[in-house]
Order: sequence, then C-alpha cells, then structure tokens
Amino acid sequence: MVKLNMVQAINLALDGEMARDENVITLGQDVGVNGGVFRVTDGLYKKYGEERVIDTPLAESGILGTSIGMALAGLKPVAEMQFSGFSYLMLGQLEGHASRLRSRTQGMMTVPLVVRMPYGGGVRALEHHSESHEATFAHVPGVKVVIPSTPSNARALLMAAIRDPDPVVFMEPKRSYRAFRENVDENTEPMELGKAQVVQEGTDLTVISWGAMMRPTLQAVDAVQNKHNVNLELIDLLTISPMDTETIAESVKKTGRCVVVQEAPRSFGPSSEIVATINDHALMYLEAPVRRVTGFDVVMPFFERELDYIPTEGRVIRAIEETLEF
Amino acid sequence: MKTTDKKAVKSAKKSSTPPESAAAGSFDLSKPSPVFTITHMQILDEQGNINHVDEPDLKPEKLKQLYEAMVLARAVDDRLLKLQRQGRIGTVPLCKGHEAINCASTLAMNDDDWFVGSYRDQGGRLMRGEPIENAMLYYNGCEEGATFPGGERTLPVSIIIGAQLLHAVGIAYAARLRGETNTAVVCHFGDGATSEGDFHEALNFASVWQVPVVFICTNNQWAISLPREKQTRSQTIAQKAIAYEMPGVQVDGNDALAVYQATHEALERARRGEGPTLIEAVTYRVLMHTTADDPTRYQEPEELANWEARDPLPRLKNYLVQKKLWDDSQQEELDARVKQQVDQAVANFESRTDFKPDAPFDYVFGTEHHRIEEQRAEFLNELNKESADG
Repeated sequence: MVKLNMVQAINLALDGEMARDENVITLGQDVGVNGGVFRVTDGLYKKYGEERVIDTPLAESGILGTSIGMALAGLKPVAEMQFSGFSYLMLGQLEGHASRLRSRTQGMMTVPLVVRMPYGGGVRALEHHSESHEATFAHVPGVKVVIPSTPSNARALLMAAIRDPDPVVFMEPKRSYRAFRENVDENTEPMELGKAQVVQEGTDLTVISWGAMMRPTLQAVDAVQNKHNVNLELIDLLTISPMDTETIAESVKKTGRCVVVQEAPRSFGPSSEIVATINDHALMYLEAPVRRVTGFDVVMPFFERELDYIPTEGRVIRAIEETLEF
Repeated sequence: MKTTDKKAVKSAKKSSTPPESAAAGSFDLSKPSPVFTITHMQILDEQGNINHVDEPDLKPEKLKQLYEAMVLARAVDDRLLKLQRQGRIGTVPLCKGHEAINCASTLAMNDDDWFVGSYRDQGGRLMRGEPIENAMLYYNGCEEGATFPGGERTLPVSIIIGAQLLHAVGIAYAARLRGETNTAVVCHFGDGATSEGDFHEALNFASVWQVPVVFICTNNQWAISLPREKQTRSQTIAQKAIAYEMPGVQVDGNDALAVYQATHEALERARRGEGPTLIEAVTYRVLMHTTADDPTRYQEPEELANWEARDPLPRLKNYLVQKKLWDDSQQEELDARVKQQVDQAVANFESRTDFKPDAPFDYVFGTEHHRIEEQRAEFLNELNKESADG
C-alpha cells in the first residue's frame, strides 16, 4: 500500500499499462518533456521515449484524429486533452469516427482508445477550464464515459479503460487531483466499466453522485447520519455511459428515496438520465420525488463566483433532509 | 511534360530542400528569403505525346491491368447511376472522369499499404478487392457493403470532409512504430477538403512526425456548387504542401501515367523514411456531386464539354494501342467481360436477403451492456408488432 493522490494514481496506471503492453502509447499537448500541465504523465517520457510519449502539435482534432488511425492500426493510444473545455474541437472526430467505426464496419475495424481530460470547477482557473460537460460525450452512442472520484478508483478505472475495446472518454475531476491522498493497493486490478459502486450501504435513502461531487456528498451523508438516526446508501456512478441501471434501480427499490448530486448544468445531464431510469424501473417503490442537486443551466461563471454555483455540502444536506421528511 | 509551374512560384528552388533559415526556426536577415517551386507533371498528353523521361517503367500486364481497372470503374459508376435513377439504390456520389487518379494511384500501392479514402475513389476500392456488389449494398444503405473480406487495410468510405486525413497520419505513425518498414498510407480527398482544419492539422502532424503518407487531392474544381476559385486563393493546391515543408506535386489527373509515377515516387520516398507528400491531381467533376445534385444550376456547359473531351480512358487506351498492347478485339472482350461482371454483381446484390434487423445493436460496443440488450429486446418486440399490424 502506498498513499497517493489522484495525479500519482493516474500516472501509475499509465506507467503500468505502458509497461504491460508496448502498444499502449500516450499523446497530447505538453505530455512529454513537461509531463503534462498537471504532471499526470510525469516521468513517462524519460521511461518510454518520445515515440511512445508524444508531444503533439497544438490541435485537439489532430490529436484525436491521429489517435483513431493509431487505434485502427494496432496501437492503444491514450490521448490527453489539456482541459475538457478545449475538447470540443475534437468532437467531430469522436462522434464522426471513433464512436462509429465499429458499427460502420460491422466489427471489422475497432477504435480502442482513451481520451483523458481534466474537467470541472473549483480551482480558480480561467474561462473554459471549469466546465462539467460529461453529457456531451455520454449522448454519443459507441462512446463510454468514465469519471473516477478517488486515487484508487482512478487507477483501476483507467487500467480498464485502456484495456477496453472501445473509445473511452476518461474525465478526471481536477478539483480532486491533489485534494487528498489514500492508500492505493499495489496489486490493483482493473474495475469493470459500466458498473456503479455502492460505497456505503443503507436503507433509508439513496444518494448518487460521481467525480468531484463525491467529496461534498460523502461529507453530507456523514453529517446527516450524525444528526439523524438514518442509514443512507451512497452510490458512486463511476461510468456515466453506458449507465448501470441495475445498481441504481435495486438501491432505490430498497430505500424508496433518492437524491442525485451533479456538478454539471441540470438539464439533459446524467442526473436526468438517473431520474428517467428510476422512472422506468423503480417508480412504484418511491416514497418521495427524486431530488436533484446540480449546477445551473447557465454558462459556467468566471471563478470569483464559481463556488456559489457548484453544489455544496450544505445544499446536499438540505436536499437529503427534505427528501427524508417528505 | 514535367515543367515548373511559373504561376505559382517566384523562382526555382526545389521544394524538397528546406530553406536553412526556416529549418532552424530562426529569423535571420542575413539569409536570403526562401523560394519554392511546384512540380507539374504530365507524361501522356491529350494528343498522345509521351514524355519519355518520366514515363513509368510498367510491364505490359500492369498497364493492361490499369486500363481494365479504369474501364471497370467507369462501368460500375454508370451502373450505380442507372440503379439510382431506377430507384433500386439510394443516393450515390459519382466518380466518372476520376478513374486515372483512383486506379493509377492504387496500382502504385502494395498489399501492406493502407487505403484511406473518401467517397469519390470507387475505382481504387475495386482494385483493393472490394466486390462490386458491396458498393451497391453500401449505396443502398447497408453497413454490410462498407467493408469486404481482405479489406482490413482499406478504410470504409469517409463522408465527413477531411476527417480521414488524420486517420491516415495515425495509421502511418502506428505502422512505423510497430516496425512495418514497408507500409505506407495513401489518402484520398477532394479540393473542398483543403479548406477544412483537419486537412491542415493532418499535413502538419504528418510533416512533424515525418510519417509515410501520400496525400492525394482530387482537385475536380467543385465542392458541390462551390468552384475551386472560391474554395481557395492559392494558385495551386500542391503549394499548400510548402507551408508544411513537404513536397507538393501537381499532376494531370486525367493522365494515368503521371498519376502512377507521382504516387510511385511519393511512396518510394515514404518507404525510405523521407516523410509525406502532397499530390494535387487536377481533373474535373463531369457529373453531379451526387445523384441528389443538379449541376446545371452552377456549371457552364462549355467548360464541362471541354473537360469531357479530356477523358482519361481513351488517353490511356491510345497509349496501349501505340505500344501494340491493345486492339479492338481485346476491347470487345473486355467490354463484354465487364458487363457480365457488373450484371452478376447486380444479381448478387439484389438477391441478398441475409440482413439481420438488429445488427446495429451488435456493434455499439465490443462488450455487452444491459442497456443495449434491453433496447434490442424492445426493438425486436416492436418490430414484431409492426409486422403483425401489417
């Protein structure tokens, strides 16, 4: 066991996968000599050389488009978008080709690649550096969208994403990059994609969240349990798409109450899909309406205001209490 | 004739020789400004004159193979148009007049090379082994026609303009990294694609990485209704290579020998590890963009007639006749054989019934997911009810 932060854990996953499979390569802006602007790829350039740790020209579509070609020809590229806010320039390649080549060729050609990108607010960054637009990617059939929340699951999920046969958008909550350390098992096994994790079992209410929101959500769950005599179930979604229907439905059938915590704007996001899933599979078990604690449908404000717009522990506590009392 | 296109350049300095100041990435007033040339290549002109200096050393069987492939490509194009007009297939982009570009460049490739195309390169796809009926299936809206057995290195049609250039660069990078020293990539696109960001990103990445790619721009002067002069102010498309420090060659796209030779030379360079090349093959779109288009709204009939007279097929045929490799009886035999092949393909295409209605659910992911399976079950159930309702 070693205590690592999320940056170190992701680095360890990349290092391990590159050592394990010589077809795994990584590419992006400043990922080589500089080790990435967040130092996620630190040391890999020295260890694996410039052919496998590629400092690319500054062009997001170019990075993903060439990654698609590499994947078609037998490599497993792990492309880095420096910030999710810059990634829309590669959306054409992702939607137009990465997500479709398997279907277009009826399985003859596949695109096993990973696009890593830091996302989310709370680090006082400039415009375009703070958004949570996981829904943009999750709405594309053929793309898997994964968001870790801790150093341990970041490592295990990235290992799985690299070994996965499909394009995976791996969104890293930058607010959690260096926020805390935890013990990471040296013999980490990949976690299965498409599965949510029940972090804490409970009987009275289900709380569902993912990514950077897991921290305030966990604190809110503790606070409510300390104050009231209740057992809350906490689910970490981990894979946004394809979403784990069963874990959500089974939990809500058991508890009858649910609060979803999402950093992204409210409408059309994963929280909407979670509510729809509950509607499809567990509606008759509900004791209260499903409550959503989310960002708002506004352009992410500049950083002086951002903390007022991102869900807080207090907002989550109030939503849980109101749902319990309904 | 292989000449220097004086319009495009200031004075003669080989484009393949990087100017020292630029190569150093510095600004040095003591060095002369860089000047560049664009090579213009024509080997077989419209009157049948041959430039013997650049004439490719092709064996008779290869020359006949090339001509036969071009005749087949034309016949398939004609038939696809007819089938569409008869309502037997959907919308089709047409390739008439582009046979020299598509077939001669493909003739220069080897089996280990990758073919990365768009949708106006049917002749090349057929040479790569695509069965004719697959083209019919594809243009009748079936994924079953997008690929073919043995076509692992022939990418399916790419409809998004310019996107495939980046795939070509990535493939070439992977081939080199994986030690495939004999593998190169030939990538096709049109003049419209040169306005896309992906074109510029691809040329830049390819040049920085010095990967084995041959970019072939079919400059047919039109991107649907937009003429070449409104697409770019550049005098040639080939000169766009100069900004990316790679050779740019402009060839007569209706001259199969020039297309072959330019592609052959570029592939040789690529295999020697000398990086990418941009070939601009100049031709004309003598038919509509697709069967959904009406070019009489924007094309001048005189210009069209002028280009129709430069048809690449008779030009190469005359060359074969001059070389005593071809005569009327061989032409008759070929025409009959091609007609039979195309007829058979139509029969194969139209008799095919093995379409699995839920196939799209099979190819969303490489792993099984309950959401997909749940929706597949719903789809099949609804489909049953629809057919029961008649």
